Amino acid sequence: MLNNKQKYIVGTVDELPPGERKIVNVGGRSIGVFNVDGEFFALRNRCPHGGAPLCEGVLSGFVQSKGRGDYSYARKGEILRCPWHQWEFDIKTGQSWFDPVKTRVRAYETKVEAGCTLADAGCEMKEGPYVAETFSVSLDKDYIVLEI
Amino acid sequence: MTMFSSVVKEPKRKTGARFIDCDIHNEVPSSEVLKQYLPLRWRNYMDMVGLRSYHGFANHIPYPKGNPGGTRTDSWPPNGQIPGSDLNFMREQLLEPLNLEYGILNCLYRVGEQLNDEYGAALARAVNDWQIAEWLDKEPRLRASIVIPYENAELAADEINRVASHPGFVQVLIMPRTREPMGRRKYWKIYEAAENHGLPIAVHFGGLGGNATTSSGFPSYYIEDHTNMAQAFQCQVISMVCEGVFERFPNLHTVMLEGGFAWVPSLMWRLDKHWKRLREEVPFLTRKPSEYIRGHMRFTTQPMEEPPVAEYLLQVIEHLGSDEMLMFATDYPHWDYDSPDLTFPPKFPESLKQKIFYDNARSFYRLPDKEEERDDVK
Ligand code: FES
Repeated sequence: MLNNKQKYIVGTVDELPPGERKIVNVGGRSIGVFNVDGEFFALRNRCPHGGAPLCEGVLSGFVQSKGRGDYSYARKGEILRCPWHQWEFDIKTGQSWFDPVKTRVRAYETKVEAGCTLADAGCEMKEGPYVAETFSVSLDKDYIVLEI
Repeated sequence: MTMFSSVVKEPKRKTGARFIDCDIHNEVPSSEVLKQYLPLRWRNYMDMVGLRSYHGFANHIPYPKGNPGGTRTDSWPPNGQIPGSDLNFMREQLLEPLNLEYGILNCLYRVGEQLNDEYGAALARAVNDWQIAEWLDKEPRLRASIVIPYENAELAADEINRVASHPGFVQVLIMPRTREPMGRRKYWKIYEAAENHGLPIAVHFGGLGGNATTSSGFPSYYIEDHTNMAQAFQCQVISMVCEGVFERFPNLHTVMLEGGFAWVPSLMWRLDKHWKRLREEVPFLTRKPSEYIRGHMRFTTQPMEEPPVAEYLLQVIEHLGSDEMLMFATDYPHWDYDSPDLTFPPKFPESLKQKIFYDNARSFYRLPDKEEERDDVK
């Protein structure tokens, strides 16, 4: 097992198409798993500012400006806005855009593993929304695995 | 296909801290609901003419808020109605997890700014009757503000006199952007009625009396409007003090809701300084302006000022010269909601927190101590 991290299966890849999210409770924590253009990212579901359920926020992009009258919209779907005070966090790193050093939300590693790999490693999985030991892993499916 | 495991609530609080939330918003879900509380004449008027206010945005507000409806995006109840309109959801999302002992409702329905005074008064009656039936009589932890058509003090006083005896009403609500500064005599009948019933005047962020929030016109952006609201509050504090409201109504109290408080010390310093020189202009004031403010005014915390160094907040409170002037508020379900856990800096002394979270509001509103009541029953 990598760096003593615990692995959890959060679902199959087909369950979470691009642009969608799933909020799961694993290891006593609420975590949001997001599919951004086929890549998976996971963030702690608690805003470091005021404790809001951050992962329920709206996915948006960055509005940028070089000066009055000039506006562009970048990184659509990659910026998570907190449901309360709208602070913006980069979904890929958990960093806030205006105070990246001090304000960041915990990001977790995710990866996709094939069902057949999981079946071999089944006993290492911890109880998550899917319990590896009891959940029948289909060998031909891909699963999103969260490491915390 | 966004999947949420469940409503993600704030974890149930484990600490023994006791809370009173001085600013919660209950929303009238629709005009159809309000119509049930309006007599036929005004129901027809609502269909025929509708809201007509002093400002140019009869059916809208000039600065739409940062979020839809100005609310937390997680506060839309599952029944599809608007945030703040569903008592059960409010219980589940706010009263239970925060373990609130009392919550005070401030309904912001725009009764106070209607061009037609009688319509405004009819709306006020309807909203207050709706509050009694749908909120106060159903949830013993809740208290509410009496809404009034405040630009017509006579009609406003009638409404205060009509409902003040209901034990659920704890104050009278006015929004700070009035037609004239609130100290003016045109509003005194309101203060007289409130004082007679022992009810404070609550001044809550908002209102559109037709004047800009700033003293130099309407700004371009919502961020300016939101920040400038502090100016509207400052004008009201100065006006109520300098027009002698607290001399004329010595038992009247006021609470400034959602106007900030870090500006209060410097305003007191400035007023006191000017008073020493210009006392002759307002000879009816028998005390320093700061003494009226400290003695008669309270301020709620939300939105808490968030200084770069957390300790500065403690300094502001020290400069207030009193630890009894601040009362805790969340502003649920609005988008600038403050949670008690993370909003207060970690080094905030426990005894001060206890005063802000609970003691100050309990004595200000003379609310029964629930623990003592429980002990009495035993
Ligand atoms: S709680 Fe998230 S921005 Fe304030």
